[in-house]
Amino acid sequence: MDPANAGDGTRPGRDGTVRLGDRVFGGLAKGSGITLLLIMAAIAVFLTIRAVVAISRDEGNFLTTFEWDANSHPPVFGIAVLLFGTVVSSLIAIVLAMPVAVGIALFISHYAPRRLAAPIGYLVDLLAAVPSIVYGLWGALYLVPRLTGFYEWLDHLFGWTGILSYNGTPARSLMSVGILLAIMILPIITSVTREIFRQTPRAHQEAALALGATRWEVITTTVLPFGRSGIISATMLGLGRALGETMAVATVLSPSFLINASLLESGGGTFAQNIASQFKEATSMGRDALIASGLVLFVLTLLVNGAARLIIARRREYAGNAG
Amino acid sequence: MSGQAVATAAAPPPVARPVLRPTRVPRWALGAVLVGSLCFGIGVGLVAELSSRVQWGLIAGVLFVSTTFALTYAIEGRRLAVDRLAALLVWACFAIAVLPLAALVWETVSRGVAGISWHFLTHSMNGVLSWQSGGGVYHALLGTVQQVLIASVLALPIGLLTAIYLVEYGRGRLARAITFFVDVMTGIPSIVAGLFVLSLWIMTLGFGYSGLAGAMALAVLMMPIVVRSTEEMLKLVPEELREASLALGVPKWRTILKVVLPTAIGGITTGVMLALARIAGETAPIILLVFGNAMINANPFEGAQSSLPLYVYEQWGAGTASSYDRAWAAALVLIAFVMVLNLAARAVARWKAPRTDR
Amino acid sequence: MAKRIDVSGLTAYYGAHKAIEDITLHVEPQAVTAFIGPSGCGKSTFLRTLNRMHEVTPGGRVEGKVLLDNEDLYGPGVDPVAVRRTIGMVFQRPNPFPTMSVYENVASGLRLYGGRRMRKSELDAVVEKNLRDANLWNEVKDRLHKPGSGLSGGQQQRLCIARATAVSPDVLLMDEPCSALDPISTLAIEDLISKLKASYTIVIVTHNMQQAARVSDRTAFFNLAEVGDPGRLIEVDATAKIFSNPSVSATEDYISGRFG
Repeated sequence: MDPANAGDGTRPGRDGTVRLGDRVFGGLAKGSGITLLLIMAAIAVFLTIRAVVAISRDEGNFLTTFEWDANSHPPVFGIAVLLFGTVVSSLIAIVLAMPVAVGIALFISHYAPRRLAAPIGYLVDLLAAVPSIVYGLWGALYLVPRLTGFYEWLDHLFGWTGILSYNGTPARSLMSVGILLAIMILPIITSVTREIFRQTPRAHQEAALALGATRWEVITTTVLPFGRSGIISATMLGLGRALGETMAVATVLSPSFLINASLLESGGGTFAQNIASQFKEATSMGRDALIASGLVLFVLTLLVNGAARLIIARRREYAGNAG
Repeated sequence: MSGQAVATAAAPPPVARPVLRPTRVPRWALGAVLVGSLCFGIGVGLVAELSSRVQWGLIAGVLFVSTTFALTYAIEGRRLAVDRLAALLVWACFAIAVLPLAALVWETVSRGVAGISWHFLTHSMNGVLSWQSGGGVYHALLGTVQQVLIASVLALPIGLLTAIYLVEYGRGRLARAITFFVDVMTGIPSIVAGLFVLSLWIMTLGFGYSGLAGAMALAVLMMPIVVRSTEEMLKLVPEELREASLALGVPKWRTILKVVLPTAIGGITTGVMLALARIAGETAPIILLVFGNAMINANPFEGAQSSLPLYVYEQWGAGTASSYDRAWAAALVLIAFVMVLNLAARAVARWKAPRTDR
Repeated sequence: MAKRIDVSGLTAYYGAHKAIEDITLHVEPQAVTAFIGPSGCGKSTFLRTLNRMHEVTPGGRVEGKVLLDNEDLYGPGVDPVAVRRTIGMVFQRPNPFPTMSVYENVASGLRLYGGRRMRKSELDAVVEKNLRDANLWNEVKDRLHKPGSGLSGGQQQRLCIARATAVSPDVLLMDEPCSALDPISTLAIEDLISKLKASYTIVIVTHNMQQAARVSDRTAFFNLAEVGDPGRLIEVDATAKIFSNPSVSATEDYISGRFG
């Protein structure tokens, strides 16, 4: 089994110590791996136990109730508003951020002057490390006041749709949350896609160039097909981040337990934001309810990340065939 | 070999012959379009009294891009028009992204710098009311450092050893399961990690709020990052190095400790520091588990503490002018803390980069 | 339509480094011209200046003239994209687009040039003709819609040649097209080159002197004084003359294997 021990049988004393060392170290390594699995299992188990307790006492319908009175007797709470807010704000963020992030990644890999490309890439990586609470603070105090003019304009143009109508109150709405989340996940998606674009084989790009392709045609024939699954999984990664983001939502959103038809007007909530905002006032029952909503968030992010992994795995298979 | 000798005369060109010297849109025309669009955007903005400069820019930008596209299409044809449109849009993406991110950095630095003083860094919020000026961040800084250190003490051994297991020992089902769940764990929202420790440590086992509890949640977030980055680095160590050592009769565990790890140590350190930077900025689990404290609590194992991100959140929540000042200043301290870790990590990476084929 | 190339006073740089210096050379149409010389003598760089691929490399820069039937490729207003469309290139390593099928690879050039307006039957005909010309049709006709990267190395290289000829270029540049292939595939490519020269002006860079002797009509020998110095053209002549009775002693030294 272990090449290091092969042929060592003639020296039993040393053999014994070698075996012991290897067994201890290998065992430690394996044990750590198993510990990690146990932690994952514990997360699922403990969240589920608490969630089951909470949901069994819930006097409302956990999925469809439009209120959150988990502290009162009897407790009534439902995640409808939270699910809606979480999904909508994250989708807004992805729709805004994905094309721009791909654009920036292309800018860094194929358009920017060479001397500029490296520092910009570096800067993007640094921005990806800025803590979310800083984005939250900036979003609440700087971005939100500056969005009102833009929203009035949107209302002027598209207010008739109902989705984009705006009544002039502070812009602490799902749309603002979506915009802030987009800004937040932009560096993350960019740095992943840029890395993939950078790996596009030079040979393929030169093949396209030698056929007389313009820069954009080189990108569409080689770079984008090569990076497609990478873009998708980076986007999913960003989506996962947006779904679970707490602070940027908690600071920007003015929450309420109803779904506002207009995305520009305040109201609504997200899972993570609701947990952070309600936690300090929550009774023991209230906490269980929050944990139940956290479990839903957990499952939601698991699904998104699982999809991303699946796409990456497919790409590996594909690369295996191609290689 | 197997092909028949087909007629060797060149085929009639299936598409038009290219012109080496195509007609181009002159540069001055593009400049004129740009100036025209800007004037139009500003003009419309002034006349219609649009309050937001963003709209002025949007109008001018859309006008410039569409006119340029139409002009190029008419003169140079579809392919070059599409090429130019793509280039313009890519540059636009860059500009669109730079604006908010630059504003973020500028705002934080300019508003935070005023609040930072020796007093701010060395005092807590004990006895300072939210509307009062003064107070400081010392207790939060202390809390962050302690929590991050405890988190790494918890997460590093497990993370590093798991990565070693996956690269050096792992075969079969268990390894695949671990790889899968490490991926899953990477995607756990920080607030969920917080809820997990809350339900286990505080609600089930009955312990109180403490820095330790927060550190546990941070450790859960840190582990997968450490495993991932360490795994990548260990994979970069050439197989020949291991074989050379094993061929000398060095046992496997000593080969790993004396040959593999030292080779990859630079990259591993970088990964660990990036993970530290990442968890130092986490707020959500801290709210649930450390609870927040205006006073200095130097004991991370008992009683509520504070932390930098939580401090920013609390000061923002207090909603007064002086608390906003403190929030910006603390945000700047937090960014500085994270950036120092990041830059140091990258410096280590550059300094100890394993020589790969690049 | 095969065209002649006249290069005069061509110097190419990588940033500050001068890779080749002051090259003047005529390439005959409907013939194979081989570039030989030791590693680093700049023969590949020179080849890449002929279709303006050199400037794609970071820091790549060219001075001098390259006339394609009297039209300067480096003249003002010349579109490098159109140049590359006119002068096709085959690379050292086969590089079919991995995301495309065999069929799509051959059609890729045409698709760029308004190929979407082309009828399917027309496109099919062009693809088949070029695959036949590349001596590949019989081997791939049953797997036209499988990934091109699934073929063997030699097949991939012939696929790349078919891709290059499908847009009917005037000139075909080949940068050591056989260096990554086994002897049998090499022979197949050499046969193909002899066949293609009736229709195209072909320039081939090769490390293999026997190959140059086998396939080319004219041979140009490049050399450099010392490592780090720019490469220069030493002499160019009919292949038979270069290999039997070169006029410069350095050429004879190289061919007889006395150095390099």
